[in-house]
Amino acid sequence: MSVKTLLAAASLVAMAATAQAEVKVGLITTLSGGGASLGIDTRDGFLLAMDAAGRDDVEVIVEDDQRKPDVAVQIADKMIQSDKVDILTGIVWSNLAMAVVPAATAQGKFYLSTNAAPAQLAGKGCNPNYFSVSYQNDNLHEAAGAFAKSEGYSKPFIMAPNYPAGHDSLNGFKRFYGGELAGEVFTQLGQTDYAAELAQIRASGADSIFFFLPGGMGISFLKQYADSGIELPVMGPAFSFDQAILQAVGDAALGVKNGSNWSKDLDVPANATFVSAFEEKYGRLPSLYAAYGYDTANLMLSALDEAEPADADAFRAALKAAEFDSVRGKFSFDTNNHPIQDIYIREVIKEGDIYTNKIVATAIEDRSSAYVADCPMQ
Amino acid sequence: MSPILLAEQVLNGLQSGVMLFLMAAGLTLIFGVMGLINLAHGSLYMVGAFAAATVAGLTGSFLLALVAALAAAAAAGALVELLVIRRLYAKDHLDQVLATFALILIFSEGTRWLFGSFPLYLDIPEALSGTVTLPGGIAYPAYRLALIGVGVAVALGLWWLNARTRLGIRIRAGENDREMIAALGVDIGKLYTLVFALGAALAGLAGALVGAIQSVQVGMGEPVLILAFVVIVIGGIGSIKGALIGALLVGLTDTLGGVLLPELFKLFTDPASAAASGSAFASMAIYILMAAVLIWRPTGLFGART
Amino acid sequence: MSRESWLNAALLLALVVVPGWALWADEPFTITLATRAVIFALAAVGLNIALGMGGLVSLGHAVFFGIGGYAMGILASHAQNYTALMEWPFVIEGTKSMPVIWLVAVAASSCAALVIGLLSLRTSGVYFIMITLAFGQMMYFFAISWPAYGGEDGLSIYVRNGFPGLNTLVPIQFYGICLVWLCIALLLYARLMRSPFGLALNAARQVPARVRAVGLDPRRLQLVALVISGGITGLAGALFADLNRFVSPSMLSWQMSGEIMVFVIIGGVARLFGPVAGAGFYVLLEHLLGGVSEFWQIFLGLFLLAVVLFGKGGLVGMIAGRRRDG
Repeated sequence: MSVKTLLAAASLVAMAATAQAEVKVGLITTLSGGGASLGIDTRDGFLLAMDAAGRDDVEVIVEDDQRKPDVAVQIADKMIQSDKVDILTGIVWSNLAMAVVPAATAQGKFYLSTNAAPAQLAGKGCNPNYFSVSYQNDNLHEAAGAFAKSEGYSKPFIMAPNYPAGHDSLNGFKRFYGGELAGEVFTQLGQTDYAAELAQIRASGADSIFFFLPGGMGISFLKQYADSGIELPVMGPAFSFDQAILQAVGDAALGVKNGSNWSKDLDVPANATFVSAFEEKYGRLPSLYAAYGYDTANLMLSALDEAEPADADAFRAALKAAEFDSVRGKFSFDTNNHPIQDIYIREVIKEGDIYTNKIVATAIEDRSSAYVADCPMQ
Repeated sequence: MSPILLAEQVLNGLQSGVMLFLMAAGLTLIFGVMGLINLAHGSLYMVGAFAAATVAGLTGSFLLALVAALAAAAAAGALVELLVIRRLYAKDHLDQVLATFALILIFSEGTRWLFGSFPLYLDIPEALSGTVTLPGGIAYPAYRLALIGVGVAVALGLWWLNARTRLGIRIRAGENDREMIAALGVDIGKLYTLVFALGAALAGLAGALVGAIQSVQVGMGEPVLILAFVVIVIGGIGSIKGALIGALLVGLTDTLGGVLLPELFKLFTDPASAAASGSAFASMAIYILMAAVLIWRPTGLFGART
Repeated sequence: MSRESWLNAALLLALVVVPGWALWADEPFTITLATRAVIFALAAVGLNIALGMGGLVSLGHAVFFGIGGYAMGILASHAQNYTALMEWPFVIEGTKSMPVIWLVAVAASSCAALVIGLLSLRTSGVYFIMITLAFGQMMYFFAISWPAYGGEDGLSIYVRNGFPGLNTLVPIQFYGICLVWLCIALLLYARLMRSPFGLALNAARQVPARVRAVGLDPRRLQLVALVISGGITGLAGALFADLNRFVSPSMLSWQMSGEIMVFVIIGGVARLFGPVAGAGFYVLLEHLLGGVSEFWQIFLGLFLLAVVLFGKGGLVGMIAGRRRDG
């Protein structure tokens, strides 16, 4: 056999491989137990975009992490070792992301974050194969801080649970607020009664309140706040005012200002398409997490049009170009693979019987992240 | 910290203690009479809250919601007693722990299957919204005052039940000598079902009352359950009086620890890290209280001496 | 050979054959699953010493499991960042060496077992259950809110720790390490059961008065059992953290304690291979049912109920019949 026929045979094999090549995507998210509503929205948003694209060469494997880090690691191992996925995505929680992402990128897989984007992965621990499509964790808190400053608040009382995301939250707020505080309190993770903190707020002479209490904690706090007789402007990141939980808070949330990089009334054509398609398919309004899931899938599809994940350098460059119609309008990646985007302030309103948000201001334009200088990638 | 603020925090501690008492009373009653450790008590708390949220959503009446919570939790309790718990009395604690752990899984995932993963809405009644001004100028939420009132009423009611009624006599007899009351012609099976349903109803009531100012969601019962365990270890297992004293102690320690420890740490370090480390130690305060009580009195403050 | 011995031999064979097949068929994830099962089994063998031999219903064994995990996480993270663990009064460096980590994990979790045992063994029965549960919860909250080692985010280790002469990143080699530890623990359990200590402990569980009559202190026997038990579960924790290259407070959660107990009970309490059967079955169930339904835990709950209500002596008991020594 001559060299020429060998080459021809090799290219034939290669062509066959391309024709059959199927890209496999592993979506790990929380579908059972506490916090399942966030994971369900992530998944539904992601699959909505996949259905719309109608590509049968991309297979999405969905698995439930039960919000347990060791289960998430196990699923990631399974997806990498036996399903042979090319791309991982979907994790909601920072602590689960910290368990999965470093090991996955070390094995050469791509990870596209639909939500969690802890400081470690944006700074020193940044990785060329890790992209955050949502934000950097501090962003929404920073927006609230910028808003507090622009409103001229001089004594905000700030609180968050005593865990890493809570510390990042208060630091993010202070980074853009920069003034004097009436008080700074760390509550327990999972705390359900805030009577003691409310008494402290009342006694502190604060002129506004900033809080970060995700999930059930935020519902509890807002209900108790509404009943406490304290009437101060309240701010927070979008998580406690998102579509999934607003209905459980009710009137108590009306008027609260929250920092977000997405809102259902954001005037972008892609967003209008997304909101109506989501409502039609699932019969409910989309949440922040659904929007991130949708954007992540579209970013990935846009890069797949350019290159195969097997060609890592080309695929990475295609991701980084971010040539997709984001529901957030303008969207690009900074050197640390985290978005540069506008961050808004939303207000909680009531539309008919449904509680939802509308955008009232732009808090920070073209915001990147605080840790970009620590990231060795340039 | 001003005396007024301190007084308000003491009230907050009492209020959370009183709600813990509702949980702990049922647990300790069930243990006292049947010798059963019930890990699924927190699930009954959740059942109460979900029933209340559903009925309040349908009818808009908080009172009906409370009735529904009591009924649903009592019914769930009676059903579980008849189907499962009944077969556990003769078994050792290990089997009881495992079976009631299994019940938690079934209740939690079953509720999620029925109601979905999103938290439900339950609000306090219109009549009790807003604050009342107490002597000393403390503006205190009316609903929380009502919670303290309900807790005291339940404590008095339990005392009356125990000391003054036929059922109470049977319960006390059952705690002391099971064979004897069976020999006296009391239907012990029925008595056990009744006591279990009563304990469940108390947990359901607590779930509904607390659910109105917190988040009604799957898994809300387990943290409360563990606190209730701490309460009855401190108070002495089987003693209603111990459950009351223990609950108030735990409520006060938890609330005041969370407020005072960060203040204390501020004397030594900057506010941000004082808040963080103070809160870290405050989360351990009630367990340290429990350890201290155990060293002093291994069977709790009012437990039977061995 | 009795039926139980045959069953034990079959289980042991499966521990070798299944990963061997996976290696041949190039199914590395099956090896990962098997490693998970073996580590869980090791933790459960630890609990079985307290629970089966000593009759101590500990609902707080996640404390030891988590401490073992954190021993690995803390030492390895310091080694990874080239920072000293302690500089005063003398310098302690972090390490990436498994044997050292194991030693520290066992020592730390045994010490924790000693302290918890001194407090909780002042009581017995249902008090003991609740107190161990409460101390577990205390450690959990502390780990979440103490910022130095990652809090709720936990600690991530990028590369698995090393063992001289082996490449631990190869799944089958790491599996081998775990399997050897499981076998050692099972041998230890078998030896203990027949030793004077084990016999006295067994007697202390059944008739404490008789033990006291021969001049032994039942509490002291139970304390020793709890310390050994905590040490073994701690070792399993260190291995589990290495398997995931990650440790977080969820290893300390009360659900983890419940799961370790479930391994022992569905396998068979006080049976030598009970924990192995239980952990293997659990991992299999989790893997198979988890793929079928989001609500798989309902089925797990129903299964557990059936084991308690109808199954005498767990899986091993159902297959091998009643134990001869009672």
